Amino acid sequence: MTSVKSKQQGSVLTQKLHSKRQLFIPIAALLVLILVNLINDPSFFAIKVGTNSTGDPVLSGNLITILDNASELAILAIGMTLVTAASGGQDISVGATIAIAGSVVLRVLCGTEARPETLQAPIIVAFLVCCVVSMLFGAFNGALVAYFKIQPMVATLILYTAGRSIAAWINNNALPIISEPSFAYYGNFIPGIAIPTPVFIAIACMIIIALVLKFTTLGLYTQSVGINPHSSRLNGINPEFIKFITYVILGLCVAVAGFIKVSRFSTINYSVVAKDIEMDAILAVALGGNALSGGKFSMAASILGAYVIQFLTTTLYTFKVDSSALPAYKAVVVIILVVLSSPVAREKMAKLWKKVAPAKTAKEAN
Amino acid sequence: MQEGAVLEVRGICKNFPGVRALQGVDFTLREGEIHALMGENGAGKSTLIKVLTGVYTKDDGQIFLKGHEGPVHIKSPEDAQNAGISTVYQEITLCPNLTVAENMYIGRTKGPFTNWRAMNRRAGEILRSLEIPASPTQQLGTCSIAVQQMVAIARAVDMECKVLILDEPTSSLDEQEVRKLFKLMLDLKAKGVGIVFVTHFLEQVYEVCDRITVLRDGQLVGEYVIEELPRVQLVSKMLGKELNDMAALDKGETVSEKEDRGVPVLEAHQLSSTEGIKPFDFQIYKGEVNGFTGLLGSGRSECVRAIFGADKTTGGTVKVNGQEVSIKKPRDAMKYGIGYLPEDRKRDGIVGDLSVRDNIILALQVLRGFFRPISRAQAEAYADEYIKLLEIKTASSETPIKALSGGNQQKVILARWLLTNPNYLILDEPTRGIDIGTKIEIQKLVLKLAAEGKSVTFISSEIDEMLRTCSRLLVMRDRKMVGELTGEDLQQDKIMATIAGGESAS
Repeated sequence: MTSVKSKQQGSVLTQKLHSKRQLFIPIAALLVLILVNLINDPSFFAIKVGTNSTGDPVLSGNLITILDNASELAILAIGMTLVTAASGGQDISVGATIAIAGSVVLRVLCGTEARPETLQAPIIVAFLVCCVVSMLFGAFNGALVAYFKIQPMVATLILYTAGRSIAAWINNNALPIISEPSFAYYGNFIPGIAIPTPVFIAIACMIIIALVLKFTTLGLYTQSVGINPHSSRLNGINPEFIKFITYVILGLCVAVAGFIKVSRFSTINYSVVAKDIEMDAILAVALGGNALSGGKFSMAASILGAYVIQFLTTTLYTFKVDSSALPAYKAVVVIILVVLSSPVAREKMAKLWKKVAPAKTAKEAN
Repeated sequence: MQEGAVLEVRGICKNFPGVRALQGVDFTLREGEIHALMGENGAGKSTLIKVLTGVYTKDDGQIFLKGHEGPVHIKSPEDAQNAGISTVYQEITLCPNLTVAENMYIGRTKGPFTNWRAMNRRAGEILRSLEIPASPTQQLGTCSIAVQQMVAIARAVDMECKVLILDEPTSSLDEQEVRKLFKLMLDLKAKGVGIVFVTHFLEQVYEVCDRITVLRDGQLVGEYVIEELPRVQLVSKMLGKELNDMAALDKGETVSEKEDRGVPVLEAHQLSSTEGIKPFDFQIYKGEVNGFTGLLGSGRSECVRAIFGADKTTGGTVKVNGQEVSIKKPRDAMKYGIGYLPEDRKRDGIVGDLSVRDNIILALQVLRGFFRPISRAQAEAYADEYIKLLEIKTASSETPIKALSGGNQQKVILARWLLTNPNYLILDEPTRGIDIGTKIEIQKLVLKLAAEGKSVTFISSEIDEMLRTCSRLLVMRDRKMVGELTGEDLQQDKIMATIAGGESAS
């Protein structure tokens, strides 16, 4: 009897280890990157107190850069994880819709002037309008995927193609510049606070999604719909609506990321802003060990994946990799990481682990 | 190797995390025999078959094949095919959108250089020689399930297999189709093919098989010549105990012959759905167990799906406790205290990658609503309670449900609905593909629920199972309700006659 019980406990343990293992790959990747940088140049990790352009004391250093620059990606990874889990596909239009979101913010703040002396509307209004518009575009994608059953990649290809033109059209192809300093707080520093604001915004988003996953059944529903829409429906879930809503949530994430982006520069370049960020966001989900075919997901692993990608980018820059060659180097690292985190490789590693530590597993089994 | 054996397996072991699926199992298949592989769910039948067909690799033991020196190593399904071992699985694994001939030659064509005409001709010859009613150029998806199964067998035959493994081939066939399949099996037997036959239907085993090998809990119980092993013996060997439970269950108080049964828990009037069933009337009372019977495809499932809102209804009215209600989607039905265990467990029942725990709480969670999630601790408690209550065999409540055997998966789905405490539970083929022990447990559970004042609609292909549990049977034929049997009329031959139709009843 006792042996049965301990056996059960043993397998509970392996189950728990299994869910932890999903975090293992991004953490391991992070450790390797840290190690490489330590060997190459320990000063990589130095954090200095400097002054920024407005003369306020701020923290600077590679780590701060990584945390700062990864903010948009981490926020997008949240939405992308949900979309992937529920619909078994990805939204490739997020880069283009960030351009739209940013354009909307500028349009509301500037009105029709290119360089307004004063803002034409409160910033909060601009942000809210941008959220609504982004969620509408998310709803457009979501409706195509959920109700018209179009493959996510194909459905979102529409906005991927058209998004940047729409963004330019919103501002009549002008590039408004905002001189009001308080607008730049959200993408840079708030005077008196030494840490970049996007870091706080990203953390706020993470807290919100953590609360949503804890206090609603969104997690269970998205996974259930992603794994088996038929049985989800017979258990009273509306699979179409759940898929639809994940795209709307991603739209909200896009709005926040787009807002940060325009705040960083106080202007926008429609064709370049957030270029290829959709691929990084999808990669973050994959790096987190989440199946891109949908179903079970780990939000923490996806977010961690986003930071790993930014860490990698920054590391490559410190290695003086030319920015045009950057994607190629990134690709190599990504291949290794994605292969390692694939279920096949994980199974192989688990077997290897068993061989390496047979004594331990035997103990567990008894 | 023994004289006349085509396949010999010695001391096969296979372990999964936490489970020893096979422990030193021996198995011998002789030329020209039909050999039944029997055992309860989780006994190791499927695992043994998957080892033989290269889906799993064995941990220990040896496999010998006629015509091969020494033990053979089967590492992939391709190896198995090349070695002459062909398998037809319970679920059709062919491609429904290709033609019959293409399916038969899939993986063996020469790409653009295929001589399609010759291929079709050859396929036609085989189909004719096996008397399979299909044309080579017909799309496979347009054939009935039985014919699809036979095409799968024809494919195996054409590859000149020496060993043919049939894994539950009859579970989705009706009586006539089973006949045809048996004829085909006997033909192949005469040609010297060794057939491994896995099924849950005892009658079928005694009809066509020569020998029986019984497995239990991953171990070999024994190999028997069919004449020497009466049914009762076989069952007790499979269960590992003397079985008195096989006697008819006591229906007890549930048969309510009383006139005054109050208002029906659920009443449907002229209900019809998009699935093409003729409008039907239906009512069920408190504490009653009734059932839908009829051949496969007669519309049994479609009726209950219409009641539950799983298919779109196109007409008719539904009353719950006398109040007219509108049930448009499963969620509506659930709100009125209706639960539905679907026929197709894999497609409609389980959520494969989710844990047993999440699968158990799913329906209750949906009923509670989006903003009131069940806490982890509470979910854990619910799961543990039902794992214990229904004796679900699982390593833990964290285990993904897909890792469980079919019977245990079914129990999890049952637990899901029991947890919602429904007034009216619809069980569509809850015992299909499940071992006898679990079957009886489920039947007992149904009667227990009825005794507690709940209403149950029970659907099963096995008439004696229906007779044991139901006090009223609704008979379906060709998507139409053709009769209602109660009391005295609840007899096997009477039911058969009603199913078959008026002409043959006389």
